[in-house]
This record gives sequence, C-alpha cells and structure tokens, in this order.
Amino acid sequence: MSSASDPMIGIVDLRKTFTKGKETITIFDGLNLAIPKADFVAVMGPSGSGKTTLLNLLGGIDCCDAGTIEIAGIRIDRLSEGQLAHWRASHVGFVFQFYNLMQMLTAAQNVELPLLLTRLGGKARRERVEAALAVVGLSDRLKHYPKEMSGGQQQRVAIARAIVSDPELLLCDEPTGDLDRRTADEILSILQLLNRDFGKTIVMVTHDPAAAQYARRALHLDKGHFIEKELAA
Amino acid sequence: MNDLLMIRKNLFRRRLRAILMIVSILIAFAIYGVLASFERAFNAGQERATPDRLVVLNKINLSQPLPISYYSRVGAVDGVAQLSPISWLGGYYREPKNFISAFAVYPEDWMKLRDSDFVFSQDARTAFARERTGALVGARMMEKWGWKVGDRIPISSSIYAQKSGARAWDFTIVGSFTPRIPQADTNIMLVGYDYFNETRSFGKDLINWLMLRTTSAAVNERVGNTIDGMFANSPYETTTDSEKAFQKSFAAQLGNVALIVELVVGAAFVTILMIVGNTMVMSVRERTREIGVLKTLGFPGGRILRMVLGESILLALIGGLPGLGVAMLLITQVRGSLMNFVPTLTLYPDIAVGAIGLMILLGFITGLLPALGAMRLRIVTALGRN
Ligand SMILES: Nc1ncnc2c1ncn2[C@@H]1O[C@H](COP(=O)(O)OP(=O)(O)O)[C@@H](O)[C@H]1O
Ligand SMILES: [Mg+2]
Repeated sequence: MSSASDPMIGIVDLRKTFTKGKETITIFDGLNLAIPKADFVAVMGPSGSGKTTLLNLLGGIDCCDAGTIEIAGIRIDRLSEGQLAHWRASHVGFVFQFYNLMQMLTAAQNVELPLLLTRLGGKARRERVEAALAVVGLSDRLKHYPKEMSGGQQQRVAIARAIVSDPELLLCDEPTGDLDRRTADEILSILQLLNRDFGKTIVMVTHDPAAAQYARRALHLDKGHFIEKELAA
Repeated sequence: MNDLLMIRKNLFRRRLRAILMIVSILIAFAIYGVLASFERAFNAGQERATPDRLVVLNKINLSQPLPISYYSRVGAVDGVAQLSPISWLGGYYREPKNFISAFAVYPEDWMKLRDSDFVFSQDARTAFARERTGALVGARMMEKWGWKVGDRIPISSSIYAQKSGARAWDFTIVGSFTPRIPQADTNIMLVGYDYFNETRSFGKDLINWLMLRTTSAAVNERVGNTIDGMFANSPYETTTDSEKAFQKSFAAQLGNVALIVELVVGAAFVTILMIVGNTMVMSVRERTREIGVLKTLGFPGGRILRMVLGESILLALIGGLPGLGVAMLLITQVRGSLMNFVPTLTLYPDIAVGAIGLMILLGFITGLLPALGAMRLRIVTALGRN
C-alpha cells in the first residue's frame, strides 16, 4: 500500500534553457520540487515564468539540460523518446487549456485514443470509455463531435481521455483558462473529485486564484523558483 | 475504433479536397489502364510469335511482293521444316468499312504451321484442303458476322479485282478454328492461294511473304542467312526475320504507340504526384497540433508515420481501383468496334496488378515526406504555446 506521503514527483537540481538563435534563456537553474502521492497542487505565477515548461518536463514531452526528474520511482530524464512515449501512455494524463480534441472523432472515440496503445479488446475499451465519460458526467454524449459540444463539455471529454488509461498523475495546463466561472467550477469540481475519490495526483497550472482554491496547496513560480502558500481547504 | 478508421477520417476531413484528389487519381489510372492495354494489344503479335518461326519478306519493304517460286526454293533449304506462302487480300465484306483480315495460303501447309496456335477439327482440315473455293474462318470472325459453315460469302478486295471484272470472290465457309493459346487471334480468314491467284486480275504468281518453321530455333540464323544469300542480287532480294521482329515492324506501322503511352501516362502521373504530394503536405501540416496531441498521449513516431503513409496509400487506392474499373469499362465499350485493329484488346491481369503496384507506390511517394515530418515532429513545437 502506498501512503499519501510517498513521493510522486521528485525534481532535483533541474536546469532548463531555451536557445533562440544566439540567445540562451534560462528558465530553471537548480529547481527542486517534491510532490507526494495524491496531492493536488496549483502552480501559479506570471506569464512566461515557465509553468508550461515545468508541466512539459513532468510529462516527459520536453527534456531538461541537467538535474533529475523522478515520477513514481521512475527516472524519466533517463528515458529515450520511445520509452517516454510508452511511459506517458500509462502513467500521465494531460489536460490542456484548449481541450485539444480530435475534431473528426466523436467524444467516445477521443476518449478511446489512449486505449489504442493497450492490448485491450474492443469490448473492454468500450466499457472503460463509458466509465470515464460517466465520471465526467457525459454518458449521454458518446456520439457527439467536439464541434457539437460546449467548451465545458469538450474539456470534460479531455479529462475523460486523460483518465481513461488510469494514470496516477494528471497534468493540467490552465484547464479553465478558456471557460466562464460556472463552467470552470464544474471542471474544477471534477478534478477535485478525481483527487479525493480516485487518489489522482494532480498538478494544475492556473492564473486564477479562485481555481487554485480547489487545490490542496498552491506553488508560486517566479524567476525560476517556487514560493509555497498554504490554501484554506 | 482502430488506426484504419482514424486514417479514413483524416482522409475525408475535408471532403471536397479528398474527392478532387480521388477523381484526379481515378482519371490517371483510367488513362493508364486503357493506354497500357492498347499498347499490349498492339504488340500482342510479338508475344504470340513462336521462336522457331521465320518470315521471308521482300528486302525493300513489306508491301513489295515475292515470286511464288520462292516457296519451293526456300522449302529446299536445310533446316526448313514447314512453310506456306501468304498473300494479303485487303478484304472486306460487302462494304469497305467491313474490313476482313483475310490471307491466301496453301491450306495444308498453313494449318500445319499454325497448329501450335489454333485447333483445327479434322473435318475442317480435310474440307479446307479439298475445296478450291473454300474459306477457313476463325471462330471470332464467324461470331462477329453471324456466319456458319456452308455459308457462301462475297469477299471483295481493296487491292485486287477478278479477271472477269467481278469485284467480289464468293467463298464457301468450309470450316472454322478456335484458339489453342489465349493470345491467338481468330478474327481472321484463310482462302486457298491457287484459286485466288488464278482468278485475280494482276499480281499473278506473286505473294506477300513466306512463313516458315525451322527444325529448331537454334538454326534460325543459319537458315535466314542461307535464304537471304540465295536471293541476293536477284530482282527480288529477301530479308528473313523472326516472326517477332516481323510483328514488331507491323506494329510500328500503326504508330509508336508505346512512346505515346509513356508520354501521356508519364505526364499524368507527374502531375498527380505533385498535386497529391502537395495536398498531403498541406493536409498533414494543418493537423500538426493533433499529431502533437497523439504523441503526447503516447503514440510512437513510427505509428504516426504509418498512419500518414496509410492515408496516402488509401487515397491512391480509393482513386486508382475505380480508375481501373473505368478503364475496363471503356475497353469493353470500344472492343467491338476496334476488333480489326487490336483483336486481343482487353485489360490484361498483369497490367491491372502492375497498376495496383503503381497505386501503392504513388501513395508511398506522396505520403513519405509528410509522414517523416509527422514522425519527427517535436511535441512541444506541435502544441505551441498553451
Ligand atoms: N520552445 C521554446 N523555445 C524558446 N523559448 C521558449 C520555448 N518554450 C517556452 N519558451 C520561453 O520560456 C519561457 C517560459 O515559457 P512557458 O513555460 O510557456 O511560460 P508560462 O507557461 O509560465 O507562461 C517564456 O519566456 C517562453 O518565451
Ligand atoms: Mg503556459
């Protein structure tokens, strides 16, 4: 059994730079971070402070220059591109600001995508898809296409897609940035539910202090370093 | 859902664009199927040529005659197993537009010579050898004109008339024959040389060429040289060639079909290659973000490469296969009216198989660049700022 204090994310001495032409921008230099299992962390900070870059590094879709990144005991900074793809398929779910659904696929087909990377048969996949869509309250929209759904509904489909392969970690980049207050609250409640009832560890980037209220704690990223602030639950 | 479904959905993401590409590929393959079949049919004579058969022609050209006396002189050459004189009637039935491929031959000799191509019944054999005014008519020609054995048919010649002044010869159909090998064309008629020769108004004792079989293909060259040497410096010098070379020069008179086919098909395919290739690049670029998302979800680069290639190959097949169907339809439509010129016109199975190979190649080439691009695409670049 894992206890809530087991580490989910461990970043040590992380260095990340971007090179644009002759110029090199250093985003992180000596960043450290520890997030235990089943935590729900809001990452805040000014635009351009590296929040998205941090999520990309945690999700293994970008590489660091130095330091170590360990997720649930796996040193992902050591994995090759192919190994990372394989790892992502079962260990992380992503939720983006603009949903990033496949326009030509239905809600159910979008949610099914990650399962195409598993050995599950058609029937097992369908059951999982339906279960995931039920969690986000979209059981009645299986056959709808993204363009037939509201922003909030599309984001719920995206969340279902992120959880369908049952990853322990969810990375959300401004998931409510494009939504109105009420819809944002619905989405945030779903994330909270996933954290509380399903034990998902969630790292959520947000600009919105009200959104951060749904998390267990908030981290402020500024000039490449974290400042922690406890939130009232 | 599976990859194929995604491939299909991606392909028809923009319906009009997909349909335009499909139609252009369809047209290209319809053209290809028709022209390649025409070329094959024109050259079919060369393919049905038998290696041990030689043709003795006037050295000047095909339209110049040879004397019938060459028959016995060539027949005496060592290595000649069988031979027949052949005269071209330039025949037609009732009206000049009803062109009839008719030859005057020595019946028994000719049937022995063509035994490997045609099946002659015993009755037909005896009757054709016996009846001076008899005609032996191939099965396809019988069918085409609705003739039956015993019919008397008037055949006129666009070259000769009868001594009597009559334009037409009345021949009696004494038998028919069927092909022994599929390429053998039975849309032809044979009549006895002696009767034809004696009744025609001019050209007496002349023939157009001699066809002969050697004892083995190995002696062809020696036999050819002996014959041509024998008639050197005579008024009728000869050139002896393999049947294949003969058919080839015959086909060349119909125009260099092969070159036309290659040019037209080549131009069509270069155009299609550029249009489809360019459209594939655009279409994949438009979904850069979606490809980034697929990779984020854990789809490996190789699988994405296969999906893009699968899409362009599927596109080529969806356009190309019906294109072949159209080609087949066109060929069946024109076959009847072109029977005289290209008797064996059909969409040959190997042309169809080759065309399918070409479709896959086309799909592969047009999809390769965008597929490689998609495979190598970096997720962070694809997702952009978010
Ligand atoms: N691929 C990239 N190439 C160059 N610079 C980049 C790239 N991605 C991000 N940056 C730079 O890194 C900094 C942090 O970006 P980002 O992580 O997107 O910030 P945030 O999400 O906090 O707004 C910005 O200054 C941005 O311009
Ligand atoms: Mg960002």
